[in-house]
Amino acid sequence: MGKLVFERPIIKKLSSGMPSKFGMKTKIDPITEIDGNLIKDLISAYDSPLFVLSEKIIRKTYQDAKRSFSTRYPKVQFAWSYKTNYLDAVCRVYHQEGSWAEVVSGFEYEKAVNNGVSGDHIIFNGPDKSRENLKKAVLNSSLIHIDHFDELYQLIELADELDKAPKVAIRVNMDTGIYPQWDRFGFNYDNGEAWDALNRIMLSKKLDLVGLHTHIGTYILTASAYNKAASKLADLAAGLERKYGHVVKYIDMGGGFASKSTLKGAYLSGTDTAPSFDDYADAISSALINSGIKPENLPLLILETGRALIDDAGFILGTVLANKRLADGRRSTIIDVGVNILFTSFWYEHNIVPAQAFSDHTEETAIYGPLCMNIDVIREAIDFPALKTGDHIVINRVGAYNMTQWMQFITLRPDIVMIDTDGKPFVIRKKESIETILSQEEVPPHLQ
Amino acid sequence: MKVKKNIAISESGFVFDPSSGESYSLNPIGTEILEYLKKNMSFEEISPLILEKYDVDQITFERYYFDFVNSLQQFNLISNEQ
Repeated sequence: MGKLVFERPIIKKLSSGMPSKFGMKTKIDPITEIDGNLIKDLISAYDSPLFVLSEKIIRKTYQDAKRSFSTRYPKVQFAWSYKTNYLDAVCRVYHQEGSWAEVVSGFEYEKAVNNGVSGDHIIFNGPDKSRENLKKAVLNSSLIHIDHFDELYQLIELADELDKAPKVAIRVNMDTGIYPQWDRFGFNYDNGEAWDALNRIMLSKKLDLVGLHTHIGTYILTASAYNKAASKLADLAAGLERKYGHVVKYIDMGGGFASKSTLKGAYLSGTDTAPSFDDYADAISSALINSGIKPENLPLLILETGRALIDDAGFILGTVLANKRLADGRRSTIIDVGVNILFTSFWYEHNIVPAQAFSDHTEETAIYGPLCMNIDVIREAIDFPALKTGDHIVINRVGAYNMTQWMQFITLRPDIVMIDTDGKPFVIRKKESIETILSQEEVPPHLQ
Repeated sequence: MKVKKNIAISESGFVFDPSSGESYSLNPIGTEILEYLKKNMSFEEISPLILEKYDVDQITFERYYFDFVNSLQQFNLISNEQ
């Protein structure tokens, strides 16, 4: 007869506090595979930690979002938000699905061009556009979203210099009843600055005003805020129709849709509180359809949602390095995934699950990353099963921002693998080596 | 090291400490070890029994055993009196 499976002995204090009235699920399901690839096989092939992206989930989420909007509004166009995840393989999946590119720097603009996006399908946002960047964007007929008056006048100058009318929109910020109100980007609607900017553009006759843009914030849990924002942009569009007989071709509602990750301090999980694409689509399309814009002039609706499209498709796989007791008796588990590569753990309570079967016994555990830094905390307190050194873990919903905001700090960044729709894994960004880092450094002669 | 005399342990791993009013739950291996400790068995006596029954090596068991005993001390379920 074989021996029984050994599990760490554990004791857990039972607290008879107030139970959650929502009856939150406490059972944890392991994630043992992603699109047919076993976690242990992926780790043995590519090492731990490892980022994994599912092309299947990327495409499905995109198609779900597209359906939600296109069933409610006649003309819809998505533009992939490069800053959310600008790995070429990821961008190309979105471009194949029909997305344009939304970029916020010269670097991202170059990436979009290299990914084969035609100039007139690149939306150029953000406060930092150099004269050279703007020149290139004007010549390529890209859609330039003006952030401030200095940029507006620079474009008027460039229009003369290049003898070409730049295609522009203005970014508008506004009160939509939510906190915080983002007012650092674009022109304010409520104090009349946006209307003033539109008048200056129309009267200059040098710029081709093609659209209006807003981006009200990030991780917006209130779909109705988008209704207010779309109404205000539609009001500006209707004003342009009345005063100048000018019809804007598009209204760009930006992004900011919440993903299903849970924010720190939130009482309920993001899976329960984040509005669906249908909720956002309802709020935006009803505002545009019910606005003062003439029905024959209804503009194209552009969406730049990033986080809500890609978060679910990203996973990070890791390994338990050690277990220890903290001074107050709490358990801590150290894993090889730190805040250097999982930047979003600063604001999300990430969902961490084992990659193998385990018993139902759990213990309150603090989960730390591998860095020799006190801030390297992945979860302060999570009811977690007793995992042993060498066991694997999976953190899901990490597709947004981590692969662009990560840091090369203390250690090196790992491979990123994308699993295609047939279940085959491909490395889409190679892990760093000491040579990668040293190749960027130079030692002055006197120190050699 | 002794388990406090009045601690009640059920077969299903439920532990009640009447002196503090606190209750605890154990996993099956935890229950087994606490039963041995209640019989005043030492680590040297318990270890071969566990190694015989479960798929675990000596070093791994020793590591988790002492971590478990520390938790019991933390909850004041055992004392170091000889």
